[in-house]
Amino acid sequence: MKEFAKLVLSSDFVYSIFRVTTPLLFASMGAVISDIAGVPNIALEGLMLMAAFAGMYFSFLFQSAAMGLLMALATAVAFAGVLAFFTLYYKTNIILGGIALNSLASGGTIFFLYLTAQDKGTSVALASKTLPNLNIPIVQDLPVIGKILSGYNVLTYVSILAVVFTWLLLGRTSLGYHIRAVGEKKEAAESVGISVVRTQAAALLLSGLMCGFGGAFMSMGYVSWFSRDMVSGRGWIALAAEAMGRQTAVGSAATSLLFGVADAVSNAAATMGLPSDLVKTIPYFATLIGLTLFSVRTWRKSREA
Amino acid sequence: MNRERSFHMLRTVTAMLAAILVAFVIILFISDQPAESIRIFLLEPFSSKRYLGNIIETMTPLVFSGLAMAVLFQTQLFNLGGEGVFFMSGIAGSMLAIWLKLPPVAFPLACIAAGALAGVAVMLVPGVLRAKYNANEMVTSLMMNNICYGIGCYILNNVMRDSAVSSLVSYKYRTAARLPVILPGTRVHLGIVIAVLCAAFVYVFLYRTKSGLEVRATGANAKFSQYSGISVTRVIVLVHVIAGAVAGIGGIVECLGLHQRFEWTALPGYGFDGAMIAMLAGNNPFGVIGAAAFVAYLRVGADLVNRFADVPTEMIAILQSIVILLISAEKFLHKYKQKWIEKDISIGQGASEAAA
Repeated sequence: MKEFAKLVLSSDFVYSIFRVTTPLLFASMGAVISDIAGVPNIALEGLMLMAAFAGMYFSFLFQSAAMGLLMALATAVAFAGVLAFFTLYYKTNIILGGIALNSLASGGTIFFLYLTAQDKGTSVALASKTLPNLNIPIVQDLPVIGKILSGYNVLTYVSILAVVFTWLLLGRTSLGYHIRAVGEKKEAAESVGISVVRTQAAALLLSGLMCGFGGAFMSMGYVSWFSRDMVSGRGWIALAAEAMGRQTAVGSAATSLLFGVADAVSNAAATMGLPSDLVKTIPYFATLIGLTLFSVRTWRKSREA
Repeated sequence: MNRERSFHMLRTVTAMLAAILVAFVIILFISDQPAESIRIFLLEPFSSKRYLGNIIETMTPLVFSGLAMAVLFQTQLFNLGGEGVFFMSGIAGSMLAIWLKLPPVAFPLACIAAGALAGVAVMLVPGVLRAKYNANEMVTSLMMNNICYGIGCYILNNVMRDSAVSSLVSYKYRTAARLPVILPGTRVHLGIVIAVLCAAFVYVFLYRTKSGLEVRATGANAKFSQYSGISVTRVIVLVHVIAGAVAGIGGIVECLGLHQRFEWTALPGYGFDGAMIAMLAGNNPFGVIGAAAFVAYLRVGADLVNRFADVPTEMIAILQSIVILLISAEKFLHKYKQKWIEKDISIGQGASEAAA
């Protein structure tokens, strides 16, 4: 137990938390923006996977990490656009559309992986590029703090900016007010001249952009290759984080961090011989219980009223 | 046949054809011998008993998960917990199949019952939370998927794992627990019969019982049903119990029918397939069988193209997503529906003018 405490309190451990939290932060911000607009995007998982593939492939093709990132973002936004087109124009149910995109991503990426790398497992045959780690001058030389604050992948810092961006967007901009109004009551928003379709499309595209960053991090930062289903449930975890964070940017960021901690702890616990399978379920239990308590409270209130 | 149903048929058939057409386009682009590849994709699945058997064994789990989703969709519930149910019921039934000792017929029945019970238990969590407290069943069911996966992996790793084998699998099932092969020369097992029985059961429940009527009424208009004295709470719980039992049976039947050990190390993906099958079937229980057969045919075809030609199987994912998107697109082909309705009206007017 003492060894476990020592491991958990080390600066390496803090480092690993931020590393695993980065994709969750991006995806949960994508979940917040789309859900508040009344178009819950459950394709986060698939969009991140497609972005991860695009990032790997185009960074290999152009031998440039920047091009990889750009194409990862473009791919995720484009497919979020497909989802927006079907749900807003063809009136496909958003959940079913999300299921379709996830299925497309899971198989489609393996399909193209095979065509490009002649492998259905990983892309190690393609020498793709990674995004750099950022060493902050001066800060990096400070004892302990330097190791905690500096040296992360550049996208880890961007993920924190993404939280600030989402918070500002929803609380301080007119698009944010429109998003909230449309999600709250479509008809009311329409009646004061807000275009529901345009607002929801914008929200879905923004959530796609977030997934683009998250996916790019997976194949160009977290590791330096693409492997099949490498997002492995992070999109779903982000939905849980968003539900537990009560659809706020800051709340969802905090719960994402909690999931990151649980992930890092379960990795550490595994090395100490604790059952990592069970430790990994703790955040899901926490979400379930949190959601239940929240629902019971709302239900009581509505009964009293 | 009424307009609504024939329109749904039209859209379904169009979506199926679109999927096959996209398959052609993919094959044309990728294959070195496109004509041969298309022939394999379309016809080879029917060319031998073995491949026909492959279609049936592939469709079996799809029927179960499609039925479970069809029942849930009847009440407009978006519970995606089929994944966790399949995994958990596989674990629960497998434990009995490894350690229990029973006579032949009773043994698989006991395992299946355990699977069904596990399925009901898992589904009841989102079901009760939704019915009583209006908690979002999609989020809670997704949480249950991960919880089931974690608990299942724990049991597999620490209780059931056969350490004599290098890969992560359980001990062997007792022979008496396994489902018999019903078509010699193939891997088709009794599971398909159980699946058809389940479809018949769900059909009778939905269309021939009072509870079934209540379920469909709640799906059509929950508020109206509530006012007319239907307990929506009871309906939601009931629907989850049935979906959990059916998916639970599906999970353990797949294990006992095809495998000698429990060998899932990830969630099997049938939960999401179920949504597609239910949509193709228009939530009709017997339609589910047809839809599962169609999807299984596409999968076997894609698998054969992968083996005998040069197109990766994963092409199937692209086809499936097109099917889902087109069938769920309410406005897709909407113009034709509009024209039909207008034609109906003009005929009606013509008739009344003639009468006058």
